Amino acid sequence: MAGARVLVGTKKGAFVLTSDQRRQDWKVDGPHFAGWEIYHLKGSPADPDRLWASQSGGWFGQVVQRSDDGGLSWDAVGNDFAYEPLEGREGAGTHQDFDGTPKPWEFTRVWHLEPSLTDPDTVFAGVEDAALFKSTDGGASWKELSGLRGHGSGPQWQPGAGGLCLHTLLLHPTDEQRMFAAISAAGAFRTDDGGASWLPINKGLLSGEIPQQEAEVGHCVHNLALHPSRPDTLYMQKHWDVMRSDDAGASWYEISGDLPTDFGFPIDVHAHEPETVYVVPITSDYFHVVPDGKLRVYRSRTGGGEWEPLTKGLPQQHCYVNVLRDAMAVDAFDDCGVYFGTTGGQVYCSPDGGDSWQCIVRDLPAVLSVEVQTLR
Amino acid sequence: MTRVVLPHHLRSLARLDGEVQVEARTTREVLDALEAAHPALRGTLRDSGSGQRRPFVRFYACSEDLSHVSLDDPLPAAVLRGDEPFLVIGAMAGG
Repeated sequence: MAGARVLVGTKKGAFVLTSDQRRQDWKVDGPHFAGWEIYHLKGSPADPDRLWASQSGGWFGQVVQRSDDGGLSWDAVGNDFAYEPLEGREGAGTHQDFDGTPKPWEFTRVWHLEPSLTDPDTVFAGVEDAALFKSTDGGASWKELSGLRGHGSGPQWQPGAGGLCLHTLLLHPTDEQRMFAAISAAGAFRTDDGGASWLPINKGLLSGEIPQQEAEVGHCVHNLALHPSRPDTLYMQKHWDVMRSDDAGASWYEISGDLPTDFGFPIDVHAHEPETVYVVPITSDYFHVVPDGKLRVYRSRTGGGEWEPLTKGLPQQHCYVNVLRDAMAVDAFDDCGVYFGTTGGQVYCSPDGGDSWQCIVRDLPAVLSVEVQTLR
Repeated sequence: MTRVVLPHHLRSLARLDGEVQVEARTTREVLDALEAAHPALRGTLRDSGSGQRRPFVRFYACSEDLSHVSLDDPLPAAVLRGDEPFLVIGAMAGG
């Protein structure tokens, strides 16, 4: 079927929303995995019928689900995420706990699943406590790319409010050896050798929450985005500050410009305009809701700095929701569609690049993630 | 045969209706048999690496809490006879 397939992870299950290319009339299917937290779902770019879902809960731990028919049916695959011993450290080593004391690394859940761009059987998992795992056998088994956690700064990493989590992984569109990862609250990292070794890429970030504001690591990076036509240009929503790099993360500069607040979680780039960027400003680090009771997506068409509020079709009074870091996505139709989900359970779609919005579904459980597949 | 009752979330994960019957005389054998017959349950009852029971999972039978007895102790006779089920419970932790 040609059209859009939106994959929604929520606090109490997964939902699949489908529409034709006009993106006006939607079918809502779910809940899948009812009662479980679904941190993330994502489809394989190499095989759109292959979907991945991270299913977890406090009682029964982590399950990874795979669908080979576009979400009609699912099967549990491997869920053994064992940390590798680290050279020079005892066992898998330690990181800092919230209070600054050492804490052994312990797997909690999968935050993000990033399928390979070319191989349907290869998928990466970003997990809490922060580490990156890779499966090359369709999810049957997982092996840690321990060079990331083994970076010399690893023992100093500390959790953000949501835990010490690897929540973002960007794959370079043409160079399989290059990836970008973001960890709360360690910062951004880049590998140029397929994940064997990693370089912190946080120069230019300033964070008032750490002893040295310009430290090499310790920054609470909330999300990263890139456009495939310019993979050296990265956009970042940090705890506070919206940032940009034009040298693959070697240095960053602020592009918050005239945003009403530069705190937020998601950031994304238009499918066909690499200088068009979307964020959802949030009041502050102590009040995780949109400012002034108004749900506004902000769009920059200048690669940052100058931002315009997008409000048509969005509630402009008495709205107190958040939009989490993985809960925004864009499709690749000629008129780029933009999607996001809220902690109030609404999923919005703009079929015209953000000019106007419609609510696809209004009363889901709190939305944790939104991804979209462009089916042709 | 030992009768095992799983909580709703695990029955749906393993696509089971009602009780499960396994050949088992100890708690460890119950867990081994469940995971062998239903691989989707691996890691949900006990940690795959350490084998430790997950903190919010409890084992009850014959009005007794078996969560902290040795995994290799014999199950109660009534469970072994099939008169009473072995209960896997998700601990109460809600509001």
